[in-house]
Amino acid sequence: MNDFAGTTTLVRLALRRDRVILPVWILVFVSMAAGSAKASIDLYPDVASRVSAAETTNSSPALVSLYGRIYDPTSLGEVSLFKLTSFGALLVGLLAALLVVRHTRAEEESGRLELLSAGVLGRYAALTAALIVSAGTVIVLGLLTAVSLMGTGLPTGGSFAFGLTWIAAGLAFAGVGALTAQLTEGARTANGFTAIVLGVSYVLRALGDSSADGGSRWISWFSPIGWAQQIRPYAGDRWLLALAPLALLVVLVVAAFALIRRRDVGAGLVRPRPGPATAAASLRSPLALAWRLHRGSLLAWGFAFLLLGFVVGNIASNVDGFVSSEGAKDFVEKLGGVNGITDAFLSSEMGMLGLLASAFGIQAALRLRSEETALRAEPLLATGVTRYQWLASHVLMALLGTAVLVLVGGLGSGISSGASLGNMGRQVPRMLAAAAIQLPAIWVVTALVVLLFGLAPKLITTVWAFFGAFLLIGQFGPLFDLPQGLMDLSPYAHTPRLPGGDFSATPVIVLAAIALALLVAGSTTFRRRDVG
Amino acid sequence: MTSAIVVSGLHKSYGSTHALDGLDLEVATGEVHGFLGPNGAGKSTTIRVLLGLLKGDDGDASLLGGDPWHDAAKLHRRLAYVPGDVNLWPNLTGGEVIDLLGRLRGGQDPKKRDDLLRRFDLDPTKKGRTYSKGNRQKVALVAALASDVELLILDEPTSGLDPLMEEVFRQCIEEERQRDRTVLLSSHILSEVEALCDRISIIRRGKVVETGTLADLRHLTRTSIQAELAASPNGLAQLPGVHSLDVEGNRVRCEVDTALLDGLMKQLAASGIKSLVAQPPTLEELFLRHYEDDAAEPVAATR
Ligand SMILES: Nc1ncnc2c1ncn2[C@@H]1O[C@H](COP(=O)(O)OP(=O)(O)O)[C@@H](O)[C@H]1O
Ligand SMILES: [Mg+2]
Repeated sequence: MNDFAGTTTLVRLALRRDRVILPVWILVFVSMAAGSAKASIDLYPDVASRVSAAETTNSSPALVSLYGRIYDPTSLGEVSLFKLTSFGALLVGLLAALLVVRHTRAEEESGRLELLSAGVLGRYAALTAALIVSAGTVIVLGLLTAVSLMGTGLPTGGSFAFGLTWIAAGLAFAGVGALTAQLTEGARTANGFTAIVLGVSYVLRALGDSSADGGSRWISWFSPIGWAQQIRPYAGDRWLLALAPLALLVVLVVAAFALIRRRDVGAGLVRPRPGPATAAASLRSPLALAWRLHRGSLLAWGFAFLLLGFVVGNIASNVDGFVSSEGAKDFVEKLGGVNGITDAFLSSEMGMLGLLASAFGIQAALRLRSEETALRAEPLLATGVTRYQWLASHVLMALLGTAVLVLVGGLGSGISSGASLGNMGRQVPRMLAAAAIQLPAIWVVTALVVLLFGLAPKLITTVWAFFGAFLLIGQFGPLFDLPQGLMDLSPYAHTPRLPGGDFSATPVIVLAAIALALLVAGSTTFRRRDVG
Repeated sequence: MTSAIVVSGLHKSYGSTHALDGLDLEVATGEVHGFLGPNGAGKSTTIRVLLGLLKGDDGDASLLGGDPWHDAAKLHRRLAYVPGDVNLWPNLTGGEVIDLLGRLRGGQDPKKRDDLLRRFDLDPTKKGRTYSKGNRQKVALVAALASDVELLILDEPTSGLDPLMEEVFRQCIEEERQRDRTVLLSSHILSEVEALCDRISIIRRGKVVETGTLADLRHLTRTSIQAELAASPNGLAQLPGVHSLDVEGNRVRCEVDTALLDGLMKQLAASGIKSLVAQPPTLEELFLRHYEDDAAEPVAATR
């Protein structure tokens, strides 16, 4: 029988399943590139301003390792977009690899690909289909990005080279996803491997880029992200370099096919490691179990928040370098000087961290419902564990988890901004306070999950709609002159702007009280309803 | 005799589905009680009400002398429950789950735990995601059987086990009976209940339709008789309780209501019995009679 039989059916199935999420992701990337280009182009009206910005960047090891080097300081396109070249490539790579795993290993793990062994589908069909969907997505994404960049007035050649950078990274990591999907039985582990490869690629590129001229810059050449970046859009457009990631894709896909031939459907190449035969003495309460269930994701998020904090703090120390033109300087003075504008930047970035942490809080609290529907709550609730204890175990993970995240982010930004501004002792506590002040609003949204869990468990995922609405109100409310009453519906609107802004205790207390009320209402209604 | 479980007139609806329709159930302390019924009869629903996971709409339920809804957690320390569908946490090993459940119930016997693991041939070092359905069920069974509790509530615990393991399970339940632990065993497998249970309640469409010991229930059933007689029989057809009579010369085959066996025997003896085979009723037959009703009812219910 044909090894590829059923591939087209699977492609159609995947496109149907992802008919919403794929266009959304493509739109996010395209608008990220176009939006960022539009916003930066006006900042650099003349060559002198670009050269000065590029020099600031190239002389900041932090910025170079984070984003890469600017190769042509006179190029408007490169100066405007260098932050998105390799960073965007990283994200596109992530998207491409996740897509492949989602349509191969995740399906296989869930048992939906049993049809494979039933002989209806060829054994290569699932992977081939996933690669087609992933590569197709990445290519469309790259081309639309190129077109949208042209639309902002940037040169055609460079714009397509930029799109190609993203496509190249996406294809290389689609190959990585194809390979990791064969290794383990769990999709989560496959995604974990992919994330490690992505992280290592990014770090290699960062190490190479930030090395001194003539030093170990060659390290970047071990990284697929490095290859993509070296296409150098708007600064040479070295098209042929796209062949390197393409070759990697071919090699990885051939290897993945070879692995498929050697393994059974559902099995991985890496045998799952056995664990302990008895439980640790500490695993004796619902809280201990909740910690086991949440700690992996909290650790990963915590690491990301620390990095993000460092990055944000680092950029903050360069804010005055970015606003170098005379006109901007006046404007800045009016805002309270360089300190004022740095603080304003940091406080809005802390708000962003708060939103991100809320996503963690929501996801952690939603675990209540997924444990219930997966029938894993029932056996626990049939032991000496009360409903309140069980609920509290997950809610605590969500609430304390968000606290850990924002504080770690605050610490990172305090350290890095303090180090470069030379006032660590002052900056760290300020940033920790700015981080902590985000918590009441985060907790209101997290507590909303708990309320829905008790009151309307079947509608619990509507919390994402609430979250999205709060987000939109916050981002676009002022732009569209929405009435204040509407904007006040978002809990995030009431968070004091720190550092730099005025602190007022009232909104903080009110938000905390609302969160508490939601928690109490959610848990009492849960105590009264049927489980299952 | 005290009762571990008493349920009377219990009703429970899911939206328009009336899952329990005035259910009565009594399980005596120390007995192994079979809770027998076809899929969808309401066994799991009853058990979930008894565990305080669902709130009954109407009627009373008492568990170990307490209220299953209000005293849930306190009562649960004295019982162990094996659900019909066992799902485990993907990253915890079977051994970890067994220990955790034991600790949350209020203790388990480590020696018994290890012994059960061996008998069920279960590897406790594997992660939850890698167990098959049968092995997940074994994890829950070992956790329950090794726990220091008075009452075991088992919801179709053998549905994923192979015949060899079913045999191990039967031995385990036999041992529990000897230790005077109370067991409520729900099942749709007749032979299992027949082999294991002191008393049986048969549930159909949310109601218990028969309850009693196997002997009690046998009175409701027919014994099949094959006899070879010295002379050709007479008067058999007029006897009360005789069905499916088939006479060929001196040979007789028939079924007789078990309660009316005596009359038939006298009549046969009058013709001189040369050989006799009497087959006791199986629960299969008992069950079939309720199915027959089931099949007949929709017609009767047509308006
Ligand atoms: N969560 C639920 N929602 C709606 N109907 C249900 C639910 N659970 C069970 N039912 C229905 O209730 C009836 C009894 O189910 P159940 O108690 O699971 O039966 P059994 O365990 O005897 O197979 C069935 O008709 C079933 O479809
Ligand atoms: Mg059931």
